[in-house]
Amino acid sequence: MKMNGARMVCEAIIAEGTKTVFGYPGGAIMNVYDEIYKQDGFEHILNRHEQASVHAADGYARATGEVGVAMVTSGPGFTNAVTGLATAYMDSIPLVVISGQVPLSLIGTDGFQEIDAVGISRPCTKHNYLVRELSELPRILKEAFHIARSGRPGPVLVDIPKDITAEIGEFVYPNSVNIPSYKPTTKGNKRQIDKAVEAILKAKKPLLYIGGGAVLSNASDLIRKLALMGGIPAVETLMARGVMGDSNPLLQGMLGMHGNYSSNMAMSETDLVISLGARFDDRVTGKLSEFAKYADVIHIDIDPANISKLVDVDYPIVGDITIVLEKIIAGLEDKIKPERYSDWRDVLNRYNELHPLTFQDSDDVIKPQWVVERVGELLGEKAIVTSDVGQHQMWTAQHYPFDRPRQWINSGGLGTMGFGFPAALGAKKGYPEKTVINFTGDGSILMNMQELVTASEYKIPVINIILNNHFLGMVRQWQSFFYDNRFAETDLSYQPNFKALAESCGGIGYDVTTKEEFDKALKDAIEKDRVTFINVAINRFENVLPMVPAGGALYNMILADQKEEK
Amino acid sequence: MADVRRVISILVENESSVLSRVSGLFAGRGYNIETLTVAPIPDTNRSRITIVTKGSKRVIEQITKQLHKLIPVYKVVEHDEMVEKEMILAKFPIEENLSDIQALCQAYNGGIANVGADMIIGMVTDEPCRIKHFLEATKRYNPIEVVRGGVVAIER
Ligand SMILES: Cc1ncc(C[n+]2csc(CCOP(=O)(O)OP(=O)(O)O)c2C)c(N)n1
Ligand SMILES: [Mg+2]
Repeated sequence: MKMNGARMVCEAIIAEGTKTVFGYPGGAIMNVYDEIYKQDGFEHILNRHEQASVHAADGYARATGEVGVAMVTSGPGFTNAVTGLATAYMDSIPLVVISGQVPLSLIGTDGFQEIDAVGISRPCTKHNYLVRELSELPRILKEAFHIARSGRPGPVLVDIPKDITAEIGEFVYPNSVNIPSYKPTTKGNKRQIDKAVEAILKAKKPLLYIGGGAVLSNASDLIRKLALMGGIPAVETLMARGVMGDSNPLLQGMLGMHGNYSSNMAMSETDLVISLGARFDDRVTGKLSEFAKYADVIHIDIDPANISKLVDVDYPIVGDITIVLEKIIAGLEDKIKPERYSDWRDVLNRYNELHPLTFQDSDDVIKPQWVVERVGELLGEKAIVTSDVGQHQMWTAQHYPFDRPRQWINSGGLGTMGFGFPAALGAKKGYPEKTVINFTGDGSILMNMQELVTASEYKIPVINIILNNHFLGMVRQWQSFFYDNRFAETDLSYQPNFKALAESCGGIGYDVTTKEEFDKALKDAIEKDRVTFINVAINRFENVLPMVPAGGALYNMILADQKEEK
Repeated sequence: MADVRRVISILVENESSVLSRVSGLFAGRGYNIETLTVAPIPDTNRSRITIVTKGSKRVIEQITKQLHKLIPVYKVVEHDEMVEKEMILAKFPIEENLSDIQALCQAYNGGIANVGADMIIGMVTDEPCRIKHFLEATKRYNPIEVVRGGVVAIER
């Protein structure tokens, strides 16, 4: 069929099955918007900032497992999208971002709103394209979706000059992709798998170390099965919360800088780490030379570059966790005996009794951990939970009773303040019937607060719970611990009226200072079909604990019961 | 871990931004490039990039893995057994002794490439360690300018 390049873009999005596209128009992308206007294969949401468009597409992708799509114009539209690309890149989230570009003839002339999008985005995309001929466009679009979702997923940028979206040509959307230089390994090497099975059977203190790759590979059921059949304890990274399900007694909890005692001790004492899509991030490992010091390491990852990047691996297995685990489980069947590891489980249970993950609740002031746990009690598995970045993010990761993968959505790798609210919008578009809660801070929420307007206009009722400490709390905590209480530029005493702010944009605001008020506000927010801000005044100087100081060994934690509160 | 020198050949799709993907990867991840040469492979739509780099074993392993992740990269060869050559063009004042320079260049697989009104241009092609010796030896003849090509290598 003959059509212009702009229509081809729309046809590709429809063919790929994306139901919601997030974006913002401008000169160089107007041809595409003109075609969006004429079609009804997908809905377009006009965010009020391109960064939010990309985060929203990202939230949609994380919640659904599908490729998220965002669309922006050239120049400033594109540069606003860069933080979104980088956020998705660091967490390996499948996105296709379409950007307009100045016409081919103007490229290189410093034309109006010209910027080298491919150059800028190279280090923060899995791949990117500048389309130079209309005839390449169908293939490039097909490849973009394929590259985004296959192998180690990631964002792909397609930059399209304006004259190409106007030009008319023949459109046949390819039904397969052939990129000879791109063939991700998924199956896992049989010999390595056999060796890994032997290692598990020989270990005395094996530990499942579960990372975000387990979520991306949809491997949760298999991981739970492996844990159960062997009685093997597990720890989750920030990105993997929900994979084991928090009611699972084998789950020790989150490990790392703000991991709980038994998780970090488990990693310090295990004799066999079974790494499932984790990448040994410095926020997880602490001091590398002390990390899993007594352990051999089985590392299963679809990205060979992750293996032995930081830690020497004894059993490297390049492959998709799901495919590899099926083989490992088959190899262990009838051979593995849960009794074998019972001493090990007892040790960890004792650690957990010794220093459980707790906090000092109060009747005078709301504690943030109480809020998170309360929402967990009231909504539990019914909610999808997103967060921004800071203390509130860690409290949520620690205290929310996650039940399943993709229930927890946060910017782990890049740590992007401003991610939570637009990501919540994306998640809600993916699962309209679920309650979507964004735990945010008084700092972070302002970084994409314009999305109140988007949420109101399109009736995307997400609930933002602002754990308001009148501080850039996480930075303040470091200043308290490591900078002698010099609170350089972290005091947020000067605040907007959050309730009025929400209401001025068509939402609902609640100011909450007591537990009763919180319960009332949350119940009301769930019933109302409007976007809400629940502004909760919390203890200003609450710290996130336990804490492993940056660069310290995992077993040297500052524990809640050791740290005096201010 | 001690640094080792490595020659890496990268076979890539001929596309406009592929060199920036490769060099950007080195810059962004803090890897070192000693020399870099690129040219199309005859009768294909591929090019070969040859890079000489230095790093610990872990870094070299990361370099090859990260290069491999680039979508337009077909193949990454970290050479063990190879023939390595580098080329030099050197310009000398006409006052220097032409036959001495010629003899020197010939000793390093080269010769005189051009003699003009006021200068002599010599050319050599040899292994990188011998190239170093050649550069030492040329100093006696007061070279005006020396142009050094990067290393090219082929498996033995
Ligand atoms: C875009 C961006 N800028 C700066 C930072 C550094 N940073 C990390 S946490 C934090 C404080 C966040 O404050 P708030 O949203 O109020 O959360 P709290 O820690 O108080 O819960 C800052 C500034 C960041 N992660 N992202
Ligand atoms: Mg705060």
